[in-house]
Amino acid sequence: MQTAISINNISKHYGEIQALKNIGFEVEEGEIFGLIGPDGAGKSSLFRILTTLILADEGEAEVAGLDVKKDYMTIRQRIGYMPGKFSLYQDLTVQENLNFFATIFKTSIQENYHLIKDIYVQLEPFKKRPAGKLSGGMKQKLALCCALIHKPEVLFLDEPTTGVDPVSRKEFWQMLKKLKQEGIAILVSTPYMDEAALCDRIALIQKGEILKIAPPENINQVYKGRLISVKSKKTYELIQALRALPQVASCYAFGEFLNATFKTDVQAIDPILNELKQKHFADLEWHQTQPGIENVFMQLLSQSQADDSSIKAQKR
Amino acid sequence: MEVVISTDKLTKKFGDFVATNEITFEVAKGEIFGFLGANGAGKTTAMRMLCGLLKPSYGSASVAGFDIEKQTEQVKQNIGYMSQKFSLYEDLTVKENFRFYGGVYKLKRQVIDQRLNEMLGNLGMLNVENSLVASLPLGWKQKLAFSLAMLHRPKIVFLDEPTGGVDPITRRQFWDLIYEAAHNGVTIFVTTHYMDEAEYCDRVSIMVDGVIKALDTPENLRKQFETDSMDGVFQLLARGTSTK
Repeated sequence: MQTAISINNISKHYGEIQALKNIGFEVEEGEIFGLIGPDGAGKSSLFRILTTLILADEGEAEVAGLDVKKDYMTIRQRIGYMPGKFSLYQDLTVQENLNFFATIFKTSIQENYHLIKDIYVQLEPFKKRPAGKLSGGMKQKLALCCALIHKPEVLFLDEPTTGVDPVSRKEFWQMLKKLKQEGIAILVSTPYMDEAALCDRIALIQKGEILKIAPPENINQVYKGRLISVKSKKTYELIQALRALPQVASCYAFGEFLNATFKTDVQAIDPILNELKQKHFADLEWHQTQPGIENVFMQLLSQSQADDSSIKAQKR
Repeated sequence: MEVVISTDKLTKKFGDFVATNEITFEVAKGEIFGFLGANGAGKTTAMRMLCGLLKPSYGSASVAGFDIEKQTEQVKQNIGYMSQKFSLYEDLTVKENFRFYGGVYKLKRQVIDQRLNEMLGNLGMLNVENSLVASLPLGWKQKLAFSLAMLHRPKIVFLDEPTGGVDPITRRQFWDLIYEAAHNGVTIFVTTHYMDEAEYCDRVSIMVDGVIKALDTPENLRKQFETDSMDGVFQLLARGTSTK
């Protein structure tokens, strides 16, 4: 297997703000690698360095076997990039945008049609519509088509599904799976934890630092404490009550249930919750549950937030 | 049950296109009402009508007891609105934003400053009152935008995708604010693309192509569509495909 992206000790500052600290990892050909982190974590800076749009302060990186500094012109011909902001021409139609990008890369829609076919058939009814007038999901599909039209070896997708509805998100990820089968390496960032589970490997990133790299199914091995799903009709009161317990490290809403992390042994948990049930929450129900990526990420986030106690307003 | 939003066949057409098609529903005081739908389903159009920002083509609605067509000013005074591109002034400080929005609602300077202290205090953000909004992280801006939407103590607050793009902890801190407001009797009308957040709502409506296809508690919707999550319900309704 070939290495599509190789990152070694990359750091980047903006004035006093350190956007990236000693980042290093590799992405293989045909791998979907997810960068999972909140707004301001440094994901977009890393994308811009790898797509040769900005220079790192320190460290080296290679994309498709080429150096991001020396070989930037060649890299640009061999990658596809979908930036976080919608950057197609709003007043050109769907078809005009696609033609424009094909022409820039000295190719044609026909030549690589097989790559975009599945996506493009959904766009075709709207091909005469200006890109600015498309719905969010359709805009993302068009942007993906434009990033793919020159058959790139490596695809960079910076939050391609933010603000997109769950159905369109699912369709978008089905397309990524197909591109992976074509051997295209994909580096993708997302704030959605359910999408993290669809990657081959993920890196959890926060404040410019990588907290953990692992396949999504192994990420929960680092979880500390016992996770219990708890439910009552009085959600607001229950959150307060659980957070007030000294045995509970954290409590957050998690879909239908609240997820409470207990610092105690498993045996100690039932008596605590039984007491709560008798005193205040007659309808209380609970069961032990396996931590998911979101649980792990939240635990790592709160640890790293506790580490630096300075709450200074930061520039993005 | 006190009804604070009620609509009757509320409809909006743009040319031949029916964005919102005869939607009829009621929302009770203190309820967290989730207003879901795919991109382009007509959510924002419906919300803009309820806020008195857009006139319906036909049908009617009352919000906080006022007619959205004939009493738009009273509607606006009784609601708060946080849009997805929340309209904070980036080049004003936090305090200046409070004074601006307070001024728009004709609040006295003294009242504004008092609420600013109270609200920022609760958020642990007093130390940034003189910082430019542009310098704040996204999650802080979202909490700030929510506070500003609540500054004039509205009966109902409309939140259009308030939690996009932030980390899962910040998202839940935002929902803590929502729960607290609802607990204090404020009605919450919220749209979101996060299906776990749909579960936090008392009731949820799902809009497809301008029509409300389902409206019930998350629990009943899961039972009705025989799936174990709101994501499953949404996938079934919005595109007629099962996740299983």
